[in-house]
Amino acid sequence: MSPVVHSTKKKGTEEKGQSSNGAGERVLMCGNEALAEAAIIAGCDAYFGYPITPQNEITAYMSRRMPEEGRVFVQSESELAAISMVFGASATGKRAMTSSSSPGISLMQEGISYLAGAELPAVVVNVMRGGPGLGNIAPSQADYFQATRGGGHGDYRTIVLGPSSVQELVDCMPLAFDLADQYRMTVMVLADGILGQMMEPIVLDKKPRRALPLKEWALTGAKGREQNIVRSLWLKEGVLEELNYKLKAKYEQVEKDEVLCEQYEVDDAEIVVVAYGVAARIVQGAVNKAREEGIQAGWIRPITLWPFPTEQISRAADEFRIFLTVEMSNGQMVEDVKLAIAGKAPVVFYGRPGGGVPTVDEIFDKIKQLTLRPKTQDNRAKNENGI
Amino acid sequence: MKTVFKRTPTLKDCPTHYCPGCGHGIAHRLIAEVIDELDIRDRTIGIAPVGCAVLAYDYLDVDMVEVAHGRPPAVATGMKRTNPDKIIFSYQGDGDLASIGAAEILHAGHRGEQITVIFINNAVYGMTGGQMAPTTMIDQVTATTPKGRIASEQGYPLQVSELLATLPGTIYIERCALSGAAAVRKTKKAIKHAFELQVSGAEGLSLVEVLSPCPTYWRMTPAEAMEWIEKQMTKVFPLGRLKDSV
Repeated sequence: MSPVVHSTKKKGTEEKGQSSNGAGERVLMCGNEALAEAAIIAGCDAYFGYPITPQNEITAYMSRRMPEEGRVFVQSESELAAISMVFGASATGKRAMTSSSSPGISLMQEGISYLAGAELPAVVVNVMRGGPGLGNIAPSQADYFQATRGGGHGDYRTIVLGPSSVQELVDCMPLAFDLADQYRMTVMVLADGILGQMMEPIVLDKKPRRALPLKEWALTGAKGREQNIVRSLWLKEGVLEELNYKLKAKYEQVEKDEVLCEQYEVDDAEIVVVAYGVAARIVQGAVNKAREEGIQAGWIRPITLWPFPTEQISRAADEFRIFLTVEMSNGQMVEDVKLAIAGKAPVVFYGRPGGGVPTVDEIFDKIKQLTLRPKTQDNRAKNENGI
Repeated sequence: MKTVFKRTPTLKDCPTHYCPGCGHGIAHRLIAEVIDELDIRDRTIGIAPVGCAVLAYDYLDVDMVEVAHGRPPAVATGMKRTNPDKIIFSYQGDGDLASIGAAEILHAGHRGEQITVIFINNAVYGMTGGQMAPTTMIDQVTATTPKGRIASEQGYPLQVSELLATLPGTIYIERCALSGAAAVRKTKKAIKHAFELQVSGAEGLSLVEVLSPCPTYWRMTPAEAMEWIEKQMTKVFPLGRLKDSV
């Protein structure tokens, strides 16, 4: 199963958190194994997980590699336990992660809410599958609402990264751990069954860490200091309100500083397709095809789904153009696109739910249909009349 | 004048929020004494449960975390696996450990996690208002068993310690009580042994179940509650060492 080209470098010669099989070399790996190795390179101290398709390669890979690195792997009894184990390791200042797929992520929402309340860092990978319920094991993007709106109870946010290639999935991991530590938040990497299973050539590079604050809050035994308490219960009147304001300020900082998004040929575009993750890969093919046929099309690809690239999309809508949002769902991110555009331009949705994956031609046809106008008319007028 | 009795340093000098006659205060003190006697305060991490003891960190002066209902054994697993040099204990009530966290304690025991569990069994949910717990006695009236617990409807009191003692991963299980001075001394001995096992690196989970009075929701005076433990509870939850395999 594992196609990793193993490095001949001696083990244990590198600093902890920086050692890796295959580091720096171009290797062919499936997304699930690649992200696991990237987490190890990023200094993941502990992985806790429960089997669920389509992300089982992560758990299997970690069960082999984490002990090799002298780190912790535990197969938990449930997703509830897995996220609680992450909570425990993180409370002691360790870098901890878990992974699952949609139904399992639903179970983890309890722990994610507690992590938010206690302001503990954590990395959670969701290799999304079709839902609701047990759904199926086909790729899907139907957990966007759950991921970007918090998912569990209470007023909180998680940072959500939506990579669209195995390389980007790999690059997301050190970023996820850094963001988690910097903001003391859960960072969710939102992949899907295609990204998890697809094999692509990647480079597993060591990335320098951000300058991160010391974890003075960590539970390490109260040696020579007062006790540390990690908690999320605040009964005294007004205290929890204050905590929520503090969280809000933190989230606003994240929104200001951490938005990532990519765009292509937007300047002269009469239609801009907004998509993330694997859907964005398919959109790129469709936009290229449209350009070949003389249609002025472009795309915007949010990489951080929360914080959402609201400004970038809003700016693109300052000039009148059609926005087409493509998702592997019945339309979730499209709500954020509409909020960003705030009525300045028409927003159309095209999606395939329940494990359906749109083809390049389906999206191309949609682009063509939306831009098909008599060539003589002024663009602006035709849009106003036509949509 | 000679001091014959004093507060142990790890027990904070403050009043508790517990009801008169509640057993939590005694249990906290015993844990604090053991931590001080073993001199492990600077490497101990405690886990407070959801329930009456959720604020245990206000009374125990060690690093502590408060976690979701029933999850202490899983949180402890995450802590101990990443910090094998630390002493990790969870403090859990019967609702937490025997009901919502039944899977977590079972599997922590099953995996042989090297943690210490103090299991306070007072046969009711205290914090939420005295509802039936898995350990509620037959005929015991609670907020959710107004006619008393009936086996045919609500099942029998769950003997978690007996269940856990069957697992190869548990090394020490003892049931004690707080019903009198002698019983309290025995409880302390058991708690100390459970911590000592972890300090010595013994491979497996140790658990001390403590039958503890809840006069408020048993609708008794503190003295009656102590008597009820001895006369009634111990019939269903017999005291003694259920397992000591080290």
